[in-house]
Amino acid sequence: MIRLERRADPSRLMGWLAPVFALLATLVAGVFLFALLEVPVGEAFHAFFIDPVSTRYGLAELGVKAAPLVMIGVALSIGFRAQVWNIGAEGQLIAGAIGGGAVALALYEVEGWFVLPAMAVGGVLAGMAWAAVPALLRTRYGANEILTSLMLTYVAGLLLGYLVSGPLRDPDGFNFPESRLFHDAALLPRVLDGTRLHAGALVALGIVVAGWVLLSRTLLGFALRVNGAAPRAGAQAGFSQNRLIWFALLCGGGVAGLAGLFEVAGPIGQLSPNISPGYGFTAIIVAFLGRLHPVGVLLAGLVMALSYLGGESAQISLNLPLAVTGVFQGMLLFFLLAADVTIGFRLVRKRSRP
Amino acid sequence: MNDGMVLLTLLTVITAATPLVYAAIGELVVERSGVLNLGVEGMMLVGAVAGFATTHASGSAILGAFAGWAAGVALASVFAVLTLTLQSSQVATGLALTIFGVGLSALIGQSLVGVSLGGLPDVAIPGFSSIPFLGPLLFEHDLLVYGSFALVVGVAFFLERTRAGLVLRACGDSHDAAHALGYPVLGVRYLATLFGGGCAGLGGAYLSMAYTPMWAENMSAGRGWIALALVVFAVWQPGRLLLGAYLFGGIGVLQLHGQALGLTVPSQLMSMLPYLATILVLVLISRDASRIRRNAPASIGKPFHPTV
Amino acid sequence: MSHCRSLKKALIAGAALAVIALPLAARDDPFKVGFVYVGPVGDHGWTYRHDVGRLAIEAELGDAVATTFVESVPEGADAERVIRKLASEGHDLIFTTSFGYMNPTVKVAREFPEVQFEHATGYKQGDNLSTYSARFYEGRAVIGTMAGMMTESNVIGYIGSFPIPEVVRGINAFTIAMRKVNPDAEVKVVWVNSWYDPGKEADAARALIDQGADIIAQHTDSPAPLQVAEERGVIGFGQASDMAAFAPTAQLTSIIDDWDAFYVERTRAAMDGSWESQDVWMGIDSGMVAFAEYNASVPDDVQAAAEVIKEGIVDGSLHPFQGPITDQSGKEIVAEGETLDDKVLLGMNYYVEGVQGELPK
Repeated sequence: MIRLERRADPSRLMGWLAPVFALLATLVAGVFLFALLEVPVGEAFHAFFIDPVSTRYGLAELGVKAAPLVMIGVALSIGFRAQVWNIGAEGQLIAGAIGGGAVALALYEVEGWFVLPAMAVGGVLAGMAWAAVPALLRTRYGANEILTSLMLTYVAGLLLGYLVSGPLRDPDGFNFPESRLFHDAALLPRVLDGTRLHAGALVALGIVVAGWVLLSRTLLGFALRVNGAAPRAGAQAGFSQNRLIWFALLCGGGVAGLAGLFEVAGPIGQLSPNISPGYGFTAIIVAFLGRLHPVGVLLAGLVMALSYLGGESAQISLNLPLAVTGVFQGMLLFFLLAADVTIGFRLVRKRSRP
Repeated sequence: MNDGMVLLTLLTVITAATPLVYAAIGELVVERSGVLNLGVEGMMLVGAVAGFATTHASGSAILGAFAGWAAGVALASVFAVLTLTLQSSQVATGLALTIFGVGLSALIGQSLVGVSLGGLPDVAIPGFSSIPFLGPLLFEHDLLVYGSFALVVGVAFFLERTRAGLVLRACGDSHDAAHALGYPVLGVRYLATLFGGGCAGLGGAYLSMAYTPMWAENMSAGRGWIALALVVFAVWQPGRLLLGAYLFGGIGVLQLHGQALGLTVPSQLMSMLPYLATILVLVLISRDASRIRRNAPASIGKPFHPTV
Repeated sequence: MSHCRSLKKALIAGAALAVIALPLAARDDPFKVGFVYVGPVGDHGWTYRHDVGRLAIEAELGDAVATTFVESVPEGADAERVIRKLASEGHDLIFTTSFGYMNPTVKVAREFPEVQFEHATGYKQGDNLSTYSARFYEGRAVIGTMAGMMTESNVIGYIGSFPIPEVVRGINAFTIAMRKVNPDAEVKVVWVNSWYDPGKEADAARALIDQGADIIAQHTDSPAPLQVAEERGVIGFGQASDMAAFAPTAQLTSIIDDWDAFYVERTRAAMDGSWESQDVWMGIDSGMVAFAEYNASVPDDVQAAAEVIKEGIVDGSLHPFQGPITDQSGKEIVAEGETLDDKVLLGMNYYVEGVQGELPK
């Protein structure tokens, strides 16, 4: 009979081929899905995969959508490697947007090179503070960070709603729940003319590099990986679990906070009740799709972003309902995850002993 | 009058907590067996749409409940194959399941918008329901609410008092040891995962059949995530899970009452209360850290591959 | 003969022109209209009614138009991209149906001066950007009158989404009208912090009913509160669409958002070139604020009173915010005979007397 047998070493070949197989499988399944929905298959695939990135502007939008996913994904993957489950990146993102946005509003109409860095510091610190709560509760009281970080996400969203309805509301905005539009010195510079691609995308790339360096070249990175895989061995080697928990959560919170600041200082340009369509949660998937490796996370982030853009494009050109996007995305993810099995395992025919 | 209002409020608390209880008790079993399924939200939604559609088409709530259960099981089976047979990452697969379930339920439910069901009738248990206060509080609910009570008791009994429950717990605590003892770890996890899916589906069906008898995209509104948090809160024990569900649901209802009474706290801050209260209570009862370590299934989330 | 030759020339010239002009005249690229929705079409509320309007455009104008819609577009960075995509893919008229799309619409409108934009419930206009909204508060005045006459407990439960001016305006208009016919009645408000969350809305309705409300009004989009009202034997009013199917006994009437005529008119104007930027706020008189049929249980005198209010608003003799109006502290803020103007109404952020509770500042 045929069964899966663990490989002695993970297959490098399959590491590259697996996503290809997954894509092929998604295409095949997509053919069935679109045929079922009576949608022209070729046009559907074109809308999902090709159309979004067929223009310069489209590619830039891919960067805009992927930047927060990649940044947060890298930071989360560092934590996940150490078995620290930060599910609350969305809340940390919102906290960072509040922190950095509040700085922008406090410095309203103030010119100077220091405005943006001050906002960035505000965003990072606010995100870290929001992540510090689960860290403290985990290390002092053993409270599981999955719950605490998740609950705080809802609190952050409500806090943002409260702030833009009152204290941070635009005084000239007819009492609508939005802050002032940020002044020019508080907006992120564009890196590509005629597009929305902003400096935050470059920072995201930098974080990919930094994450890679951290995980593969530093003692801290080694400690994270060891403690995640074998906590007792790590403890024996002197890597304090508590310190790593703090680092993992603060890292995730700080980067998520920065991503939040980039969103409000970049494409959005103000504080409003809805600043994120769930980047913090999507980044978790991106982290795992990228196999918790910074370069993988970069690629996975681009793929995820493309699938969202493709969904919008399919709605516009084919009148496909949004629900189809979710189904298609889910299928793509399933196939990508399933294909990864070929990396660690192979099919073997075993004869049952007589 | 005051007594009446307390009773009415508590009744609302129980119904508000019921979907959470269903989803959480199922996930508790799944996690006790060593599997982490983050796709609860998706499974609740497919259960909701399946239960609603079936009840609407057939007129029978029993069939509807069954359909809700079955839909949850079906979606959970996708997860089970991917994570247990193909050894994919449980966290990522669960999240993908949520995305898929949300989209699939919305797709199926498109033709159901604007349809209204009559809701489930309350069934009073004769004799018990005439006990003052406790009678109407506990013994005058619809069948799905009673089902949630029974499920919690049943799961508690199963886990602590039966051999099968012991085996399941062993698979979660140490899958290598369980395997060495000859227990079918993957088989147990499969069954547990499917059970969890069915419970989540039933919780979703309760939403669309009884709580607000209609179908709306994404109508679970994050309850799946709350259920996941409740399992952690409960330290994987059914009794504490019930407490957590009623605490969360209760505070949610109480803050609405507070607003209706005219409390001058901004509504957004009031809405934060259930979440903050859950964190606070968790911290208070988590201070015995060693107890957590004893109760968390040690093998949770780790893929198991038999090497024989 | 020269006479014949010039005629021939004319004929040839005419034929040449016709050959050139005919393809241009026969060119029938449909006029593309795009819609950006903040929620799903299946919400049976706000977005659903906009989509009904879109379908009305298709029904009225047939092959001459082609409509596109994108639903559940989040109000952050994604909105701008979707609007820009519609603009750059040949849509000539784009409707953005949520306040949160205001600044993205402004940005895109600046970059696409040949495309016309209509933004719902906003306050920024441009050469190619119009704003539009409906005076739903007029509808609130009608149902407030009905509520005042029909309540027995003198407590009305009002389920609010977010404490924004639009919702506060509705609460106030409702309360002012209610107090005119019943000075003892009061309105209790519960905020669910969502436009659409059936479970929470149902819980809010339950809490209000448990605290003595015998009439339910809402500014949220799902039929859940009315379902609870039906179950508990109280009455209420639907919102955005006719919710009688969900509460045949409980729904007295419903305020219906009717965008059909307005959407068709603006599309026609954009097609024939007469479109101009405007800022309109239309009420009952235009048909934008419509009502569902009265429930058979509504007594004749209540129906008559409601009709009087409607007529008064339509012919201008009655204004929902006509003084005297007192605020919660009892101070008179609008004198007898004066009315609040649109600017004040747009940014309304205080309660009138008769509403219980406080607004976040």
